[in-house]
Amino acid sequence: MSLQQQIIEACASMTPLSIRGGDSKSFLGNPVSGQSLSTAEHRGVINYQPAELIMTARSGTPLHEIKEILMNQHQQLAFEPPSYGDKATIGGTFACGLSGPSRPWKGSARDAVLGCTIINGRGEQLHFGGEVIKNVAGYDASRLMVGAFGTLGVIMDISFRVVPVPAAQTTLSFSATASQAVTNVVSWSQQPLPITAAAWHDGELSVRLSGAAAAVRAARLQLGGEVSRSGDFWQQLREQQLAFFQTDKPLWRLSLPMAANQLEIPAEQLIEWGGAQRWLTTDAQPQAIRQAAAAAGGHATCYRNAQGVERFTPLPKPMLALQQRLKQAFDPKGILNPGRIYPEL
Amino acid sequence: MKSADPQFLSGLKSILGDGSLVEEREELRAYECDGLSAHRTIPMLVALPETTAQVQQILKLCYSHRVPVVARGAGTGLSGGAQPLEDGLLLSLARFNRILAIDPDNRSATVQPGVRNLAISEAAKPHGLYYAPDPSSQIACTIGGNVAENSGGVHCLKYGLTVHNVRKLRVICIDGEELIIGSDALDAPGYDLLALMNGSEGLLGIIVEVTVGLLPIPPTAKVIMAAFSDAEDAGEAVKGIIASGIIPAGLEMMDNLAIRAAEDFVHVGYPTDAAAILLCELDGTDEEISHDIGRIEQILLQRRCTSTRISSNDEERMQLWAGRKSAFPAVGRLAPDYYCMDGTIPRHRLPEVLRRVGELSRQYQLAIANVFHAGDGNLHPLILYDANKGDQLQRAEELGSRILQLCVEVGGTITGEHGVGSEKIDEMCVQFKALELQQFHAIKAAFDEHGLLNPGKAVPELHRCAELGAMHVHNGELPFPELERF
Repeated sequence: MSLQQQIIEACASMTPLSIRGGDSKSFLGNPVSGQSLSTAEHRGVINYQPAELIMTARSGTPLHEIKEILMNQHQQLAFEPPSYGDKATIGGTFACGLSGPSRPWKGSARDAVLGCTIINGRGEQLHFGGEVIKNVAGYDASRLMVGAFGTLGVIMDISFRVVPVPAAQTTLSFSATASQAVTNVVSWSQQPLPITAAAWHDGELSVRLSGAAAAVRAARLQLGGEVSRSGDFWQQLREQQLAFFQTDKPLWRLSLPMAANQLEIPAEQLIEWGGAQRWLTTDAQPQAIRQAAAAAGGHATCYRNAQGVERFTPLPKPMLALQQRLKQAFDPKGILNPGRIYPEL
Repeated sequence: MKSADPQFLSGLKSILGDGSLVEEREELRAYECDGLSAHRTIPMLVALPETTAQVQQILKLCYSHRVPVVARGAGTGLSGGAQPLEDGLLLSLARFNRILAIDPDNRSATVQPGVRNLAISEAAKPHGLYYAPDPSSQIACTIGGNVAENSGGVHCLKYGLTVHNVRKLRVICIDGEELIIGSDALDAPGYDLLALMNGSEGLLGIIVEVTVGLLPIPPTAKVIMAAFSDAEDAGEAVKGIIASGIIPAGLEMMDNLAIRAAEDFVHVGYPTDAAAILLCELDGTDEEISHDIGRIEQILLQRRCTSTRISSNDEERMQLWAGRKSAFPAVGRLAPDYYCMDGTIPRHRLPEVLRRVGELSRQYQLAIANVFHAGDGNLHPLILYDANKGDQLQRAEELGSRILQLCVEVGGTITGEHGVGSEKIDEMCVQFKALELQQFHAIKAAFDEHGLLNPGKAVPELHRCAELGAMHVHNGELPFPELERF
């Protein structure tokens, strides 16, 4: 039975669906109980035009396949999505909306999206956006799908921008405290430097420079530090394979203004995105973590090892009500991944 | 023009201070259109609030009286998005003109919606930062309008559209409720409503505060101007540059008519005998630029360019841009009226689309000057006509519609950056199917169940498409009978 037919039937019988691509990120958000709807067989690249810097692929296409195809043309995804294993699909990547180390400088998963075809909760196949960079016809429903975890529609195919692989890349390391590290990256980010990643852990700040060879060389001379770390570091960071992440404690993701001060929460900390994404492993009270994040102008997600904790920061009442109405507008019977983000969506 | 319900009027007067409400017909006339001057309506009333609390009260009042509301920034939009309604309130945000904060550490600026686009970059300049999206009207257009239209500009190939550069919005809903959308961090929990708000053309909420991201000012920028004796070669050169892996800060193209008009207007030394020119801007460090310029020159030569000129200093660079930036008024001197189109196409279809636009121009016997954001496939054909001569206006509108249909046919869109507004409402029926339009209406209803915010714009009613659809299919050559369009 086609995906569309399955959704139409689920809509008619009001059967909740648990949408799965490669099942690599099911730990994220709340578990969904429902009939399984798998996009894994709906795969293949539909259109790839290296000269146009765009690709359109079916949602079940494995992410690693897409990365390989791009690499053959010396191109890549600017937002460096994590895979969390080898099963990740491109649909799941966008539905979860995760972005890797380059995010603050090269944009997010959502920023790369140009258009998509979805099936909404009524079983209607809809196409939004397109394969062109500039398009302001109609509401931007395709970017709305990014980070919606399939709760507004099942992504069937998606069009996105790709970028050339930078000609040169190097990683510098500096010894620094957490707050020195953030202060330095904040100050460097105000200068026209080819920084594409910055992370701190355990007294060491790593900064990645990428771009034209001459620009990378000049920046290296300006910043000092030691040329170190292989490119593997950024991959292990992105995939959460570093020792820091190997823990049974709750792993919290704090999304904060880059320059936010260090939070006073007892925790092991790894800082990414130059300060805009901070990972904490801690047994601290969720309420305390969320309050501290909110006070700093951001929000906190319980990313892994969550037990009895609301995964995402609860929304203010009027905002939740609006998002419920939006959910209704796409999925009136509430059959698409109900509760994955919030119980009410 | 309709007169307001007395109760509604007295309610408004109790919210707004003296001089903040426009009621007189002659004064209302100043607001009858935006940059799409062919569509004019005198609004019932114009309100000029100064505080968020006033906006909230006004919207509550409109909500309870079911009075439609059209928001307006500087009124520079080109698609009639701020065209008033005769039974509606025009809500001008012109007095929301303060820059609230520049935060260099977080590379952001928080401003009121009536702040001009260029004013943000000017305020950020002492910190070595700027706001990247630069619509050509940037000296006049407001950031609130930019968000509403998801404005682009010359530099969006490299730095993105408005949607890529806005972090947070403070929005007042039609019932007066305030929402914070986005955050001071790089993302926010829940659905990405920032994506929806950018380009929503005032249909979902009233923006009262905008936080945008800022970028470091590039140390150097240079422009290469390349001339071609065949416009299709110029199109091929655009393909070649993008395919090479270089992302220019701007990549613009002008055809012969546009070149001659611009040269005649600003005298910057454009080659008036060229069939087309490309303007390619590179920014970054000196090292990067000299490396990329060498590669680009090679590509241009391979695509049979006849001459190149590279700006040797900032003054010359600005001069080379001056012609492009004044292309619209320059073309405006060639004919009493012109009609500016805004389709986008996949870049590789550029040579073919150029040829077919030329054929349409001959078929409708109206000259077209072509100005493109070639790097991102965004076309601005300017159709020249004289509204006082016979059926020229009608022919111009029909020709424009045919060009937009051509854009959709080759896989593009009816609007790249100007928005749908009232202008392209019919072409929306060409681009979207009924189910998609229904989904748009459902989104709108989630924000504004009674349809009071900018009704009739951006998304057409299905019955309108049904009527037009029949016309497109069976009598494609017939002029539109939609009198309200003129």
